[in-house]
Amino acid sequence: MSESESSPSNSDRIALRCENIHRHLGEGEGRVHVLRGVSLELQRGKVYAVVGPSGCGKSTLLYLLGLLDQPDEGEIYLGGEPMTQMGDHERTAARNEHLGFVFQFHFLLKEFSAIDNVMIPMRKQGLLSNEEMEERATSYLKDVGLGDKLHRLATQLSGGEQQRVAIARSLSNIPSVILADEPTGNLDVHNSNIVFDLLTRLARENDQAVLIVTHNPDIAQKCDHILQMEDGEFIN
Amino acid sequence: MSPNIRIALRFLTANKRAMAMSLTGIIFGVGFFIFGQAQTTGFQQFFVKTILGTDGAIRVQDRIRITFKTMELADEEDDSDSPWVIENTENYKYIEGIEQPLEVIDALKEFESVTGIAEVLTGSVLVSSNYRSYTGRLFGVDIDDYIAVSDLEKQVIFGSLEDFRSKPTGILIGSKFARLLQISIGDTVVIKSLDKNSRYTVAGIFETGVSDIDRERIYMKLSETRSVLQRAHGASFLQVNLIDPHRAREEAFHMMNTIYYHVASWQERQKSWLDAFLVLSVSTGLTVSTIILLSGLGMFNTLAMMVMEKTKEIAILRSMGYTRSDITSIFLWQGVFVLVAGNVLGWIVAVLMTYGVSKLPFRVTGIFTTDSFVVNWSIWHYVSATIIASVIVMIASYIPARRAAKLEPGDVIRGTSQ
Repeated sequence: MSESESSPSNSDRIALRCENIHRHLGEGEGRVHVLRGVSLELQRGKVYAVVGPSGCGKSTLLYLLGLLDQPDEGEIYLGGEPMTQMGDHERTAARNEHLGFVFQFHFLLKEFSAIDNVMIPMRKQGLLSNEEMEERATSYLKDVGLGDKLHRLATQLSGGEQQRVAIARSLSNIPSVILADEPTGNLDVHNSNIVFDLLTRLARENDQAVLIVTHNPDIAQKCDHILQMEDGEFIN
Repeated sequence: MSPNIRIALRFLTANKRAMAMSLTGIIFGVGFFIFGQAQTTGFQQFFVKTILGTDGAIRVQDRIRITFKTMELADEEDDSDSPWVIENTENYKYIEGIEQPLEVIDALKEFESVTGIAEVLTGSVLVSSNYRSYTGRLFGVDIDDYIAVSDLEKQVIFGSLEDFRSKPTGILIGSKFARLLQISIGDTVVIKSLDKNSRYTVAGIFETGVSDIDRERIYMKLSETRSVLQRAHGASFLQVNLIDPHRAREEAFHMMNTIYYHVASWQERQKSWLDAFLVLSVSTGLTVSTIILLSGLGMFNTLAMMVMEKTKEIAILRSMGYTRSDITSIFLWQGVFVLVAGNVLGWIVAVLMTYGVSKLPFRVTGIFTTDSFVVNWSIWHYVSATIIASVIVMIASYIPARRAAKLEPGDVIRGTSQ
């Protein structure tokens, strides 16, 4: 599904919703209208692919939905709460609680081991004891096939393994939405399939919504919904 | 351990070499600052102690005669006394010496802070030994009164005060003066004043440690001094000791307004030396602080580089829910760790250096005479060094920390992925 028309029965299933999002980037004559009134809903347990040519606004939309940027117009609802008027502190707290990110480059902290990287969001949230955090991080790392490399430093892991740690990290606070920007863009086909399958399987098991921005048509085809974007608008 | 401290520690240990350079600078900056202050204030304290032990806390000299005209702002038709009086202090006149010392002593005894008063008569004399002649400063004292206002008893290094007491013609002479005249205990000297020559025996040699005093001063009994200087009565000044010599300035002011004599505290008398010590101390502090400043610049450089290198990590931390203040604290904690380690190790270096130099058998001569470097152990040197290092390091850490916190995660991630 793409455009927002939800029935009352499935409104509880909506993890994230945005309405009429506009965003300009650049200054003066270089100012570009990147997003032109985008609306969408993400339901729990579903995997969405955003596809489109470079520069069409896919990543910009993802950063807006991830509360890493502010729209010029429109509203974003996370768990039913409007987010755009909230302050930086509240939006940061919402990211910690409701959102998980996977980027093209894993962005692991290289000074930390795999398990420590996965525990970083949990430590910030501060709800679990150290033992509980370790237990949960170990479980996720086992799920992504890195149960034997828990204490390896990020620099001692391959690119595919690092991206799998990033997936475990995105899941660690059990967010309602996972936003992935080209998560397989930096991997070979074998590792791409592993990473995508892991991400979608774990999200479905945990009843999480997943939005993947990708250029890879094979990946997009495996998703529940494909959102085609062009010139800052969805065209399907 | 908070997540911010945990991350700060990991970032810190990953930059061991750069941080070690900053840490070393802070250690030596703090260490040398304390060491420098220990020496300069050590000599200052030595000087003050010697001056107090030699010339006392307060000197009462020169009577003030008020010649000013008072101008009362009274209503012409009002016969009552006006509370408003304007004094012109330029019209004070000083009359040299103390004409009636016993009266002044009685007045001074009324002050509770006074522990001893000694009458002193001084004058310039020519002292001749078999070897040569030198001009000296004769101090006529009642030895028991004088001991109560000075450390003369402890300053006698050869001979004894008993000999001085028992021999009517006995004198005490400064160690450098004795050396210049090449005289020792039992030798005689001729003291000439106002065309009168008298022979005296060296009963003791004293050393205060202050060269100017040891080079020219001679103590003689007060009655004998009156004869030499031909002053039948009166005193040049009264030397006064206080319970708390550091309150001499306030007590002197109070006494002056009560007895109408010029009362000089030791701080006033030694102002030029005390100012010189202050300048030396500040100068040493400023010079050594540049080491801490350079370490601070090193710290700033290290952290600024780290912020530039870790923009991605900062962005991902922000995306995971770390606030701007979390990011600031991650970088500030690194500064705090280096600061704490630098201070503690700097204190240890300072203690070792200060202790070491105080034990060096190094005879100092010149303004002072001591057998080793004089040092002052003061907690305030450690506090001052810590405050200076803390201000510099925390400013050096705060600027890059604030810059890190201002990074927009969306911009960083967008810039990386394109």
